Amino acid sequence: MKNSLRANVKRGSLAGVASVGAAALLLTGCGPAPEAGSPTATASDYTGCIVSDSGGFDDQSFNQSSYEGLKKAEKELGIKVQQVESKTNNDFEPNLRAMVSAGCDLTVTVGFLLGDATKKQAEANPDSHFAIIDFGYPKPIANVKPIIYDTAQAAFMAGYLAAATSKTGTVATFGGVKIPTVTIFMDGFADGVKYYNEKKGKDVKLLGWDKAKQDGSFTGDFEKQDKGKQLTQNFLDQGADIVMPVAGPVGKGAGAALKEAKAAGKDVKLIWVDSDGFLTAPDYKAIMLTSVMKQMGSAVETVVKEDKEGKFNNEPYVGTLANEGVQLAPFHDLDSAVPADVKSELDQIKKDIVDGKLKIESAASPKA
Amino acid sequence: MTDQHEPDQPDGKPAGSQTDRHDPDRNDTDKPHPDRHHVPKPADEETAAVVSLDTAGGAMEPSAVPATAQSGKIPGGPETLVRRIFTGSGMVSVLAVLLALVLGGLLIALTDKQVGVTSTYLLARPTDFLAAVGNAATRSYVALFQGSVFNPRSSGSGGQFAPLLETLTIATPLITAGLGVALAFRAGLFNIGAQGQIIMAGILAAWAGFALHLPAGLHLLLVLVAGIIGGAVWGGVVGYLKARTGAHEVILTIMFNYIALYLLRYLLNTPAFQRPGESNPISPILDATAVYPQIFGSQYRLHLGFLLAVATTVFVWWLLNRSTVGFEFRAVGANPKAALTAGINVSRSTILVMAIAGGLAGLSGVAQVAGTEKVLTDGVAATYGFDAITVALLGRSTPWGTFAAGLLFGAFRAGAVQMQIQTGTPIDIVLVVQSLIVLFIAAPPLVRAVFGLNPRRRKQATVGKPKTAATTGGAA
Repeated sequence: MKNSLRANVKRGSLAGVASVGAAALLLTGCGPAPEAGSPTATASDYTGCIVSDSGGFDDQSFNQSSYEGLKKAEKELGIKVQQVESKTNNDFEPNLRAMVSAGCDLTVTVGFLLGDATKKQAEANPDSHFAIIDFGYPKPIANVKPIIYDTAQAAFMAGYLAAATSKTGTVATFGGVKIPTVTIFMDGFADGVKYYNEKKGKDVKLLGWDKAKQDGSFTGDFEKQDKGKQLTQNFLDQGADIVMPVAGPVGKGAGAALKEAKAAGKDVKLIWVDSDGFLTAPDYKAIMLTSVMKQMGSAVETVVKEDKEGKFNNEPYVGTLANEGVQLAPFHDLDSAVPADVKSELDQIKKDIVDGKLKIESAASPKA
Repeated sequence: MTDQHEPDQPDGKPAGSQTDRHDPDRNDTDKPHPDRHHVPKPADEETAAVVSLDTAGGAMEPSAVPATAQSGKIPGGPETLVRRIFTGSGMVSVLAVLLALVLGGLLIALTDKQVGVTSTYLLARPTDFLAAVGNAATRSYVALFQGSVFNPRSSGSGGQFAPLLETLTIATPLITAGLGVALAFRAGLFNIGAQGQIIMAGILAAWAGFALHLPAGLHLLLVLVAGIIGGAVWGGVVGYLKARTGAHEVILTIMFNYIALYLLRYLLNTPAFQRPGESNPISPILDATAVYPQIFGSQYRLHLGFLLAVATTVFVWWLLNRSTVGFEFRAVGANPKAALTAGINVSRSTILVMAIAGGLAGLSGVAQVAGTEKVLTDGVAATYGFDAITVALLGRSTPWGTFAAGLLFGAFRAGAVQMQIQTGTPIDIVLVVQSLIVLFIAAPPLVRAVFGLNPRRRKQATVGKPKTAATTGGAA
């Protein structure tokens, strides 16, 4: 008796939920049905594919930028696109293999961790083309195009800018994981600060990275934002007023700490990396001095375009200031915080780097 | 009591197995029945129902630990609950998988573009919507099947069965690590340290593989031994600390996972573990003499490690069900105090079982560095150490159950690739299905309720009986 009662009550509540759900469907589901036919036509049968590393295509870093580049190519060149996300390192080889058998003309792989898997598939499938982001092979492979960046050039400008605009005479940087693609930012930044000190006879201090020792502050991964926040607070306590996090999404932790300091009345600024943070991390617009940009999307698009036109080659694409593969982003809202003479000095530095008068060297620089 | 009381309790059998509990019960309810194979009276049937509930449907081997969970313990106590989760019935496992697949299918449909489009004109043409829902789920699962078992679109019989080989490859580390977790479960230890054990094994095995240069055969053997030792030591230390200091193994294993991971990351930042001339945290490739041979040639990844996993399953089965040591493990797992009273060295058992569990997980580490990856990175253990817990739970902590569960999860992971490519279903869906399976296994009554199998009603009908059954069972 008790049992059946309870069952009734349950059924009743279920029915209630169901009717609410049905009502919701009714409300949303009353549009007109489309006419038959009119399939969307794709002109090309060229297929561009992409395999992420374990960060996934929503990592707000190189996986995402590369993916967006490919999606842009899909729109503009009318190619087909297939993508596979890797959850762990174990997925690399099966994913790449699946891409080859899915008939991909060009497969973009993202990150040095995919280096071995890409090499293996490239050698097993000499007719397929591959491009790998942020990794160059010691010995080039005929059908793999490395897409690498001389990020130190743009980071050098950021370092100079930070040193020139710091009020406290102390700036800071930290990384996510100590890998060459991260330390190259920090090397360039350190050299930029040093260059400013030499030119101006100043003594602006850099926290978080020692270029000579190749050692500094790292959060340990590209996920834990609270660690980025902690580190940034430490830097602030030590007197830094400009911080450049080289840690993908962990940079948001730095942004949060700086925002709090700003609210407490300190004049602090943030330098973003990879993309223009003013656009991609708008929460920190008010403190975003500039960004050190790596234009991965456009590089991917260019490589796809070249391959589609039958102009594939395995020469590494090296992003530099000269080809605008790396850039310093506009100052946006903080434009007034940068004095005119600093702006012209930055223009001169850029010119000198492009002309080769000023050489930025990093242990992590692309060797090509 | 009755002269029918046969000597059906050999000395080696754990106290309180199913038959054990039957006897006092039968003696209570219907003393004068002529022989064992009598036609059961209604009262007897009810007790049988209760017993079958308590042994989770009677599907378990009577010699398995859980039967003892009932003897002398308060039913529904935390001990019993934990043990029931670890050793739920096979039926529940199967139904949990089924239910998770159905819910996963709904999720796929919900995230499907076509379903979204058709839902906007649901009323105008509802068939479109329903067809889209059906289509989305079916296409995804067909792709899952094609990616994990058999792909008819592939050319040649070798190509058609390539997905199956891939499933076996991915299942290999899951099986061995799952066996490690299951073995510890059976000894009453919640070993969630497989991840760290795999990592330590990976470090040692990989180092032996790329730093030493030895002749073929000997080199692989050394890699294998190094890996097993690495895992066994990492597990054994936990067992030692637990046995000597009483520290809880859950906390110990979690912390040991962290220690192993950060040690690995540190090592990968030292030149000794990096490739000459590079500073990426990735080790040199293992020597060709140090890796498992590939069973079906170089185009299929299936390697010798899988055969070792099969052999290991046999070994664990033998260990648990046929050896004295295994009996001690199970006795300790059932009731450490009783085991101690019976003269079993509980400390020794704890250390030993954790070392063996670590060694089994170590085999997974070897399968990773010498089987599929051939290098050491900080992702060497992937998530296998944690998936292994699920695998062991799904396999009810029995060796062959764990083997089967490992194959299933291997199939999920292998098929997920095809699912992503053919239908654009995100790989996360597969992970959701895996998590749902765990959820349902942890809540057997939920699964039974969904399928209308819940024996609670039957239990309530005989509400007076189970108590006597339990108490007399305990007294006996």
